[in-house]
Amino acid sequence: MAQSKDGWGSRIGLILAMAGNAVGLGNFLRFPVQAVQNGGGAFIIPYFVSFLVMGIPLLWIEWAMGRYGGIKGNHSTPFITDSMGKKRIWKYVGVFGIFTNLGIISYYTYIESWTLSYTLKSIGQSFTGLSRAQVSTAFDNYVGVHGTLSDRIVDINIPHWAIVIFLITLAINIYILSKGLSGGIEKVAKIGMPLLILFGIFLAIRGITLGHTGVAGCTTCNSQVGLDFLWKPDFTSLANPKVWLAAAGQIFFTLSVGMGTIQCYAAYLKKNDDIALNAMTAGWMNEFVEIVLGAAIVIPIAVGYMGLDWVKQNAGFMMAFKTMPYLFNQWGPLLATLSGVAWFGLLFFAGITSSLAMGTPFMGFMEDEFGWKRGKSSIVLGIIVLILALPTIFFFEYGVFNEYDYWTGTVSLVVFATLEVILFSWVFGMKNGWEEITRGSDIKVPTIYKFIIKWITPIFIIVIFITSLIEPVHTDMAGWQSAFHQLFTNGTWPWANDSIIAQIFHLNEKIVYFKNGVPTGMFFKDMARLLLISTFLGLSYLVHIASNKRKLANKTIES
Amino acid sequence: MSTSALILMVSVLGLVTTITVYFLVKVLRVPPKTDEELEREEKEDSLQE
Repeated sequence: MAQSKDGWGSRIGLILAMAGNAVGLGNFLRFPVQAVQNGGGAFIIPYFVSFLVMGIPLLWIEWAMGRYGGIKGNHSTPFITDSMGKKRIWKYVGVFGIFTNLGIISYYTYIESWTLSYTLKSIGQSFTGLSRAQVSTAFDNYVGVHGTLSDRIVDINIPHWAIVIFLITLAINIYILSKGLSGGIEKVAKIGMPLLILFGIFLAIRGITLGHTGVAGCTTCNSQVGLDFLWKPDFTSLANPKVWLAAAGQIFFTLSVGMGTIQCYAAYLKKNDDIALNAMTAGWMNEFVEIVLGAAIVIPIAVGYMGLDWVKQNAGFMMAFKTMPYLFNQWGPLLATLSGVAWFGLLFFAGITSSLAMGTPFMGFMEDEFGWKRGKSSIVLGIIVLILALPTIFFFEYGVFNEYDYWTGTVSLVVFATLEVILFSWVFGMKNGWEEITRGSDIKVPTIYKFIIKWITPIFIIVIFITSLIEPVHTDMAGWQSAFHQLFTNGTWPWANDSIIAQIFHLNEKIVYFKNGVPTGMFFKDMARLLLISTFLGLSYLVHIASNKRKLANKTIES
Repeated sequence: MSTSALILMVSVLGLVTTITVYFLVKVLRVPPKTDEELEREEKEDSLQE
């Protein structure tokens, strides 16, 4: 095992890098959409409860795991988890902490490249004078979408410019990663996070103060209507399990827990460095960006020009690229340019600070276990990301992109978080765990969290995992009751399309791999799954080799 | 915008902003460890190993 010389230059640099890891595109695009789809103002209560009983404990657990592993010379999850549990299985559980990041970074860097490209397009005023339909079509053309797929040939997406900008974005990431923690990631975080917050404040003020826009024939075209919908409390929806699950899910994704990146960053801390206050500061900074800025931009501005009904029906991730440039156009050329740069610029900084974090676990592993230099590990990472990313670009319309997002960006996180919380609270034990969380702490950690981390957090995550596994079509209280009624009367279960079981066995789909001799979307989806499984197995094999190397080294020392 | 929405929005935004600033200021005010402290910690670590 090689001794890592890398480390953080300053405490604020570490906190900004950790906050940058957590702050991603989802803060601006996923959170407001989730709030809109789950009762507006009522969503915030389950969201905060989830943050207190699941988010904060998971942050402390992952920071503590990272520092514990780091002082033993481990800078990625396989051997961090291995050092905490006696069974061999734990190091293979830790593979999730590298696999998830490789999977996500592959499609995330592609999205990041869209934001870079759209920042440049905004500077060049490319959207001036375009209608909403034209802005939407411009995005489809940019990513090479055909619209309808041919059943005679495979419609490969080859968006030349999108690929060039993707390669540039990937190269930027690799270059920064090759500069290390203090020389690369920390510097980007120190520049990127303040700029992101500045851009966010500018757009949030615009969103809150936009008011009535006077669009003809639209009575709800008023940003205040959007804000009212987002913040009007509807306490009846608190009894709806769907709202609670959505809120807990959002907390999960927004904090970037269950990925292995937090452990990897925290592994470069010293034994008595604070983690309790650092984790709280980074976590609350993420909440500030999400709740204060994220909620005040997309929905209020979109409602201001498109009306509430349109937003309720169309709110989604792609609004960032397909709708926002058109909305900025309504403010005149100068403000449209400034807003476009601020919007896509903040998304770019949110993206790059996260993708840099996703690159570090693989690099940390190769440097620790195989003695690779930073330059070599970053270049190999770039090649792997490129190989994994190309299918998501070429077969974008066949669902490969979504397949990566589902398995690595959703399922894998929940699986790893479930296992790591069991490892920390029950295998490593709360006595050791509490000592790790509180050692060197600059704040007093409330002792109630000893109980929460041991009981509430694991139960909370296990419930999320089980419901994701068996999710029925309707997830409100009546939907669950009806599902169980159906189970006990007919012996069947109304699987939701995105439940894990339904996805694994293609339960709600007709299994057709070829039509007229041409591969179908299902063929490409399953090929994507095969590629992801191969990646996981390949990483597991590397962990196996590294483990054998360690054993051999230990034997040599003993003899 | 309705009064209930306004109250919830202002209180949540105020609460989140206050807590974020509080922790950030707390981090900035904690004095960095002195060389002596770092040396002592390193000694403790090497003794434990």
